[in-house]
Amino acid sequence: MSTRSLTAVVMVLIAVVGYTRSVAQETPNLGRLATPAEVAGWDISIPPDGTGLPPGGGTPEQGAVVYAQKCQGCHGEKGSGKPNDQLVGGQGTLASANPVRTIGSYWPYATTVFDYVRRAMPYTQSQSLTNEEVYAVTAYLLHLNGIIGTQDVMNAQTLPRVQMSNREHFILAYPPPR
Amino acid sequence: MAKRRRPTQDPFPAEPAAGNGLLDRRLFLAHGMALLGASGLAAGAATPADAAEPPDRPAWMQFPGAPFSGYGNPAKYESKVTRTNIQSQPGTTGSGASRTPLEALDGMITPSGLHFERHHSGVPDIDPDQHRLLIHGLVQRPLIFTVEALLRYPMVSHMYFLECSGNSRPMYGATPPALTCGQVHGLVSCSEWSGVPLRILLEEAGADLNAPWLLAEGADAAAMSRSVPMAKALDDAFLALYQNGERLRPENGYPVRLFLPGYEGNMNVKWLRRIKVTPTPTMTKDETSKYTDLQADGKALMFTFPMQVKSVITRPSPSLTLQGPGLYEISGFAWSGNGTIKKVDVSADGGRTWAEAALSAPVLPRALTRFRMAWQWSGAPAVLKSRATDDTGTVQPTRDALLAAHGTNVSYHYNAIQAWQIEANGEVKNVYA
Repeated sequence: MSTRSLTAVVMVLIAVVGYTRSVAQETPNLGRLATPAEVAGWDISIPPDGTGLPPGGGTPEQGAVVYAQKCQGCHGEKGSGKPNDQLVGGQGTLASANPVRTIGSYWPYATTVFDYVRRAMPYTQSQSLTNEEVYAVTAYLLHLNGIIGTQDVMNAQTLPRVQMSNREHFILAYPPPR
Repeated sequence: MAKRRRPTQDPFPAEPAAGNGLLDRRLFLAHGMALLGASGLAAGAATPADAAEPPDRPAWMQFPGAPFSGYGNPAKYESKVTRTNIQSQPGTTGSGASRTPLEALDGMITPSGLHFERHHSGVPDIDPDQHRLLIHGLVQRPLIFTVEALLRYPMVSHMYFLECSGNSRPMYGATPPALTCGQVHGLVSCSEWSGVPLRILLEEAGADLNAPWLLAEGADAAAMSRSVPMAKALDDAFLALYQNGERLRPENGYPVRLFLPGYEGNMNVKWLRRIKVTPTPTMTKDETSKYTDLQADGKALMFTFPMQVKSVITRPSPSLTLQGPGLYEISGFAWSGNGTIKKVDVSADGGRTWAEAALSAPVLPRALTRFRMAWQWSGAPAVLKSRATDDTGTVQPTRDALLAAHGTNVSYHYNAIQAWQIEANGEVKNVYA
């Protein structure tokens, strides 16, 4: 056993002992302490500040290749839609009789694109893309919507800084006004 | 057989309660239909027995019936009662919704097999022995629970409705959809749900209960996820393991789902695998790009969690054609994500006059409530409406008022008063009136 894994085992033991001592047995306490590695494996959600974004990065150009292979069949050429959701365009339509809600016209956070593509796309092969591919496709879709430039690299530092045009047009109904 | 009495001898005369034939709700409450038959209100004369009637000794009385069965099914004669208006995204078979045939049901409970479905990537086939729930984030002790462990926790049981926030969406359209009640409004169902209060598990994990948000994530292929206020988690949220007495159906989240009483359906994350305590909302796809309410001015409401007070007449309704003038029961559901139904008013003259319907017990918070109204149909065209009021005093709005406030681009949270037009031939049509 390596020093590192021995240290991990000791840390878990300390945590388990501390846990069983510190919690009153008023409830069943049947949960098992999760290791940091376990939590890291499960935790795939990315909030707007980018916490948890993995290493790596991608450009619109790289994303175009991934998109053509993995996304275009459902979302059309360059995100034009059909048979499934349109991903590009629609700016200026939200107050019209036929609003077109896309990443460009509607989505308030760029991190959501990464989070969703990684967890749920392609539809028939969820969580099959590498982080590099997810960054690249995200970059491609943002570029098609005119939000980032051709050369912009999307990574853990740059993605949370992307400003989405519709961001300020959401009104929070919760928490309720005091 | 009861001797026919003249109307003047009726112990409880059928007095009108509102225009166009609505009768006092106490008729049904106090006396039931037997009295109405005796008092001469029922339409038509009794049909004399003739050769067309069933025989005195039907076949099923002459031989022993079927053997016992391991798990019962509805009568085969009811095979047409199925989920309805099943729609899936192009190229998919399980990314969309199916609806409860509301007009075929009575009482307050939806049979589990008819509970509406809304899936974002099909129904996962989850082996409960392999399923885990992780609670982590702003906690002192991230914990992993097996399903077996969750089943050992103290549980609560409640009757609660569940409604997809996209329910009734076709009613935002310019013309009234020519669909049945269930096809339009059937993204609402009601079950008894049993499970473990979320608060217990959060406390065991040493969660920071002052953290404002959680993320809930499902184990479907969309890893469907929504942010949930900690206040709701600590108030009445629970992890449902049982539905109508049995373990959850796969399409309702087996082996465990989040349940948030009164909140829009998709937040009640099915196949729950992860809860993360967070300092901010995660802003997932489904709480930003989808379940947000686009207003007429192009701005959008986000985090509109509770389903608002609503009701709909299920009988009569389109496809349930009236069989000639006479006495009918008008019946339907009312519900509110903000509390308990206080009253339901019914109109048979398009909203000119209203009378209060009888509510069938139990009347429970955040549950479907069955209402009933006696109606003497003259045979002339009529427009039926129901209007619910909850115990916060909120009254179900008219369609005009709802659209004036929010526009027609909202897609979600449609809760306006429904109007059904009764034609002279007894057919029922969806109308904007």
